[in-house]
Amino acid sequence: MYEPIKGLKELPTEEPLAPGHRLCPGCGASIVVREVMLAAPKDAIVAEATGCLEVSTALYPYSAWNRPWIHSAFENAAAVASGIDSGFKALARRGEGKEHPIIVFGGDGGTYDIGFQALSGAIERGHRFLYVCYDNEAYMNTGIQRSGGTPRGAWTTTTQVGSARAGKQEAKKDLVSIVVGHHIPYAATASISHWRDLMTKVRKALSKDGPSFLHVLAPCTRGWRFDSAKTIRMARLAVETRLFPLYEVEDGVYKITFPVASPKPVDEYLKLQGRYSHLFQPQNAAELDTVKREVDENYRRLEKLSQLTSQLYAPAVH
Amino acid sequence: MTQAQTVRVSALQGDEAVAEAVRQCDVDVVAAYPITPQTIIVEKLAEFVADGRFRGEFVPVESEHSALSACVGAAATGARVFTATSSQGLAYMHEMLYNVSGMRLPIVMAVANRALSAPLVLNADHGDMMGSRDSGWIQLYAENVEEIYDRTIQLFRLSEDPRVMLPSAINFEGFILSHDKERVRLLDEEPIHRFLGRPRPKHRLDPDEPLTFGAIATPDTYYEFRMQQIEAMNVALGVFDEVEEEFERFSGRRYGAVDAYNTDKAEQVMVINGSAAGTMRAAARAMNAAGENVGVLALKLYRPFPAEQVASHLAHAKTVITMDRSLSPGAPSGPISEDVKSALQGAGMSRPVMSVVYGIGGRDLLTDDGRKIFAMAKEGKSFGPGSLMYGVKG
Amino acid sequence: MSWKELEQAAVVKGGTSASYQVSGWRVNRPVINEAKCTNCLICWIYCPEPAIVRHEGGKVTIDYDHCKGCGICETECPPKAITMVREP
Repeated sequence: MYEPIKGLKELPTEEPLAPGHRLCPGCGASIVVREVMLAAPKDAIVAEATGCLEVSTALYPYSAWNRPWIHSAFENAAAVASGIDSGFKALARRGEGKEHPIIVFGGDGGTYDIGFQALSGAIERGHRFLYVCYDNEAYMNTGIQRSGGTPRGAWTTTTQVGSARAGKQEAKKDLVSIVVGHHIPYAATASISHWRDLMTKVRKALSKDGPSFLHVLAPCTRGWRFDSAKTIRMARLAVETRLFPLYEVEDGVYKITFPVASPKPVDEYLKLQGRYSHLFQPQNAAELDTVKREVDENYRRLEKLSQLTSQLYAPAVH
Repeated sequence: MTQAQTVRVSALQGDEAVAEAVRQCDVDVVAAYPITPQTIIVEKLAEFVADGRFRGEFVPVESEHSALSACVGAAATGARVFTATSSQGLAYMHEMLYNVSGMRLPIVMAVANRALSAPLVLNADHGDMMGSRDSGWIQLYAENVEEIYDRTIQLFRLSEDPRVMLPSAINFEGFILSHDKERVRLLDEEPIHRFLGRPRPKHRLDPDEPLTFGAIATPDTYYEFRMQQIEAMNVALGVFDEVEEEFERFSGRRYGAVDAYNTDKAEQVMVINGSAAGTMRAAARAMNAAGENVGVLALKLYRPFPAEQVASHLAHAKTVITMDRSLSPGAPSGPISEDVKSALQGAGMSRPVMSVVYGIGGRDLLTDDGRKIFAMAKEGKSFGPGSLMYGVKG
Repeated sequence: MSWKELEQAAVVKGGTSASYQVSGWRVNRPVINEAKCTNCLICWIYCPEPAIVRHEGGKVTIDYDHCKGCGICETECPPKAITMVREP
């Protein structure tokens, strides 16, 4: 059971994230953090992986975190969270303190790639925490290098655009499918533009007695090459073009939480970002077509999965 | 013993002794990944969990790096934490060793020493821990199973001391000590609990006082944060003595940072750590009974290195023999040899040092080898600037 | 500061970044037209800092010490009550 999101005015006035951090103007990641933490209980503990968010919000002696917060290394946020979960459980059992909700923040780097193993192990073991992947689709902190979360065709500093090759040749890893394959109680995608959907999912996730996962798109003004004022617009377009569908998987049952009946053309989203400008050159037409086809196929796959799984699985009791 | 105790003598493998100590020390979280020859520690603890005899959380992590990472999270909540590993596992968590000591978390670890790959081998040498000797962990080496049991208990007390707050490791050779059953006089739990207490670290993950752990520093402050660690390591030397003193009061047992046999009279003194110290002491006793005059200085506390004590025990010797059970390719000699030479220099002493490398990859060192090595030292055999690679074929 | 004075292991109290001003990052600053503002709080939820302060009855003001001038508030404000103007 969870408290539904009524409206913005009902959200706490006390800020979980303090200003004065060093994230870029218009950074999508900090909006992810604000929305997630405002929806979460006040006693939430945060574990975080190395990345843009971590270095910018915890630069000694300045910390932007008005919550207990721990950073250890790049690849181990989920493992650290397992430890926090176990520590609180053990202490509570002997009457020394109580358990608190645990929220883990990892970028696409620390989640799709270097932190993948720790995430997989931690959720397989059933630890209770919400893992939020703030996905800016490249290793942004180290200078915009490609990750397993970089979409097909995108320019990055390690998938450069030239005569021999133009952008990332591989598809974006389907992280939610992998996580769902671990049979966890709850996994979902969310967008900072759709704050009510995101916050509802945070509360739903935290109400589960086990691991939960939230994949949130975090548009990056520097790495995607767009004006800082357009961050929310970019996140919204990603949803409205079906490029980043908003759905949840609860005990294996898929549900599209924000159906897009008449999608806007994918071009509208791609054209606004410098990292895709090469796709509109005639020699890259085939690559552009693949990108659009994959968007379409993915959305239809989710629709079919929703139909199939709603008939297949009995709702579990949590 | 100075306090009334029930005498429970058990025959335990080194690994089993570690598990029993961890169970008795009221550890809150154990996160570990199995690796030969440490596996029995993990399996034994799992048995205790199933029997309801271990009341903490046992986390079967998916790798050693995650083992130490989970320990970080648990330690940050204020829980008492333990892990164990060997060889490749220790190497895999190497990054985290520095992370843990830098974050000043009092995690205790058992290392069943095993040689590092490549080539792959399952047997003991000290290469694994020596490869991480600069990680800021307190490091002890045990000579027998009862010492492993005692040290595991002592290390929680030493690490958790507010003046120290450094992680610590008890090292013992894989198979030789991890698997060998030896006589252990188990201690009662009550005095152990009193000895350890339940100290709460001043920094914890607590919603009532939100703190930030693991912030990024700058060149302006990094050196100073590391200096705090250096100071803690120095202070640990004195706290170690206090801990042994307290432990002796209820157990009747004390080992010292070093154990000196005949060093006040001997002409050739061998400095050696680990189980082979016992073998060499046996060889030395037999030699002295036959009219020789040799000594053995068993090194138990390795980091912080008890330089003054080591130097003082070498004062009488004509020749010093150092025994390294690990390799430092390209270095003038092995880790222990280098440290002993530095200790001598620091004390303004000059002695011929015969650096010996032995036991690599689990190769045995027998009493007869001790006889031969002492004889070579007496002869004044020189091996040039490098080490004698004792026992290598060819 | 001497190593003896620094916090052990760099552990700091949370929220200390609020004492750090980022006003120097700005090129443009947001100005709220109070007459047009409907107190919907959309600018507040979308501000990355946050540099928008909530008051009684849904009224909002800009915290100019911490605003980096990204312009998201101007773009997203439904009644177009916010305008980005050049820093003087």
